[in-house]
Amino acid sequence: MFDDFFARALAGGIGIALATGPLGCFMVWRRMAYFGDSVAHSALLGVVLGIVLGIEPNAGIIIMCIALALLLHLLQQQRRLATDTLLGILAHGALALGLVGISFLEGVRVDLMSYLFGDILAVTGRDLLWIWGGGGAVLVATALIWRPLLATTVHEELARAEGVRVGLVRLVFTLLIALAVAIAMKIIGLILIVALLIIPAATARRLARSPEQMALLASLIGAAAVAGGLHASLAWDTPSGPSIVVAALALFTLGLGGAALASACLGRVVDSARAEP
Amino acid sequence: MSALHSTTAERVTRRAGADGAPLASGEGLVVRYGGRTVLDHVSLEVRRREVVSLIGPNGAGKTTAVRALLGLIRPDAGTVRHEPGLVVGYVPQRIAPDTLLPISVRRFLAMAGRSTAADAAATLDEVGMAAVIDRQLSALSGGEYRRVLLARALLRDPDLLVLDEPVQQVDFPGQLAMHRLIGRLRERRGCGVLVISHDLHLVLGATDRVVCLNGHVCCAGEPETVSRHPEYVSLFGPHAAAAFAVYTHEHDHSHDLPVALSPVVPAAPESGTAPGDSG
Repeated sequence: MFDDFFARALAGGIGIALATGPLGCFMVWRRMAYFGDSVAHSALLGVVLGIVLGIEPNAGIIIMCIALALLLHLLQQQRRLATDTLLGILAHGALALGLVGISFLEGVRVDLMSYLFGDILAVTGRDLLWIWGGGGAVLVATALIWRPLLATTVHEELARAEGVRVGLVRLVFTLLIALAVAIAMKIIGLILIVALLIIPAATARRLARSPEQMALLASLIGAAAVAGGLHASLAWDTPSGPSIVVAALALFTLGLGGAALASACLGRVVDSARAEP
Repeated sequence: MSALHSTTAERVTRRAGADGAPLASGEGLVVRYGGRTVLDHVSLEVRRREVVSLIGPNGAGKTTAVRALLGLIRPDAGTVRHEPGLVVGYVPQRIAPDTLLPISVRRFLAMAGRSTAADAAATLDEVGMAAVIDRQLSALSGGEYRRVLLARALLRDPDLLVLDEPVQQVDFPGQLAMHRLIGRLRERRGCGVLVISHDLHLVLGATDRVVCLNGHVCCAGEPETVSRHPEYVSLFGPHAAAAFAVYTHEHDHSHDLPVALSPVVPAAPESGTAPGDSG
């Protein structure tokens, strides 16, 4: 079934979307979009690391993303620089180092565009294993820390007073983001990964009444965006990552429009009810 | 004070082993933020069935002291001790719910753990917020949120209840209800209560012991004693002291100050006020 490159890309993309839905919700709730972005920007350096060490590029990416996430985690404890300044330094520093590093790798052909923007042609059966294995691990781990992470997100101080090990929970969450970014990299590309994490979650926000609903909806919306984007990519020969993000954006806009329409209709009903004496 | 007189018999029935030992105590706590000393050797303790009020002006370090006592921040010096297995119910000071999460009040209360849906409804009713149970947390006003936070703290069936400015943003009937509630809590649940306030009047109702803080512990003891202490008077002005005296007693602010009033927290026995010492 997965002989076809398109089927592989679809299976991989949907796997990514399902795994990143709940995680993306936490990123939205915890205002961590730029954190994820910074982690993603270090992925290229991970590719270089993988090639230099002679290990699988995917492994290199995971190692580098986790290293950057841990570094950020540590640096956030200090108070001399604002978090957004730190994120800017690390994100762009890591990307620049990655680009410079790649140019040093003589004799190795690296398709830069595919790393930056994703490439459905590049998804191998082996990549699928990484994606589904890693994605499954992310989902299971998210489920395991769900309660304490939710408590920490609702009110960190309260959670701490109630005995939640906030530091540990936050560390695990950080590692999960790194892992998710690393596995999503192949299809979406490092520039746009965070969009797949936060746009479906933001779309789900106005539809959901509970955290779990929002997480589930985000996964489904993300999967729909992947399916739509990949089909568009195939039909019009557009890069896969941007196509998926455009599809996600379309769903988000649709959600906004739908909500506006619903409230307008509701308003009219109320108005007409008022008009009748 | 009536509660204090009745406690001797009840103390015997307290949990074994807890007798005499404070639920939570901090000794010689020092906290510095960027070179500024916010807490300067502050000692603080709360025992079972005791309502302790921590008062002081803005920036006196009240919240910092409580956070250090609860272990939310690590003090630069000093030691904190908790009774083993201490369950804390904490109502922090934050005024408005800052949440991007879609979450109902019902679910928020369920997250406190240890409680059934019926408990949650009953406790919400107890704080006068039964009507909001199906509302989204983000849709609550500051005062409503505060009372929901109190319900959540109560649902944990705490040994120690810590309230940071509990009546801030709460309307006047709400304040009265809150005071009655704090008094009842000690009676019924037998927990220790630590209340932070910037105003002595607001915590007067059920307070056993007052600790007046302004970076250091200015004075501590029974409310009446503290209100006549020169440090309290200089901190809040003679007007506040006079108003307080009128509120509690007939006699106006008298000048026979108790010399032996200890500036550190466990109220010194010689002051004749130490209610928690008998154990």
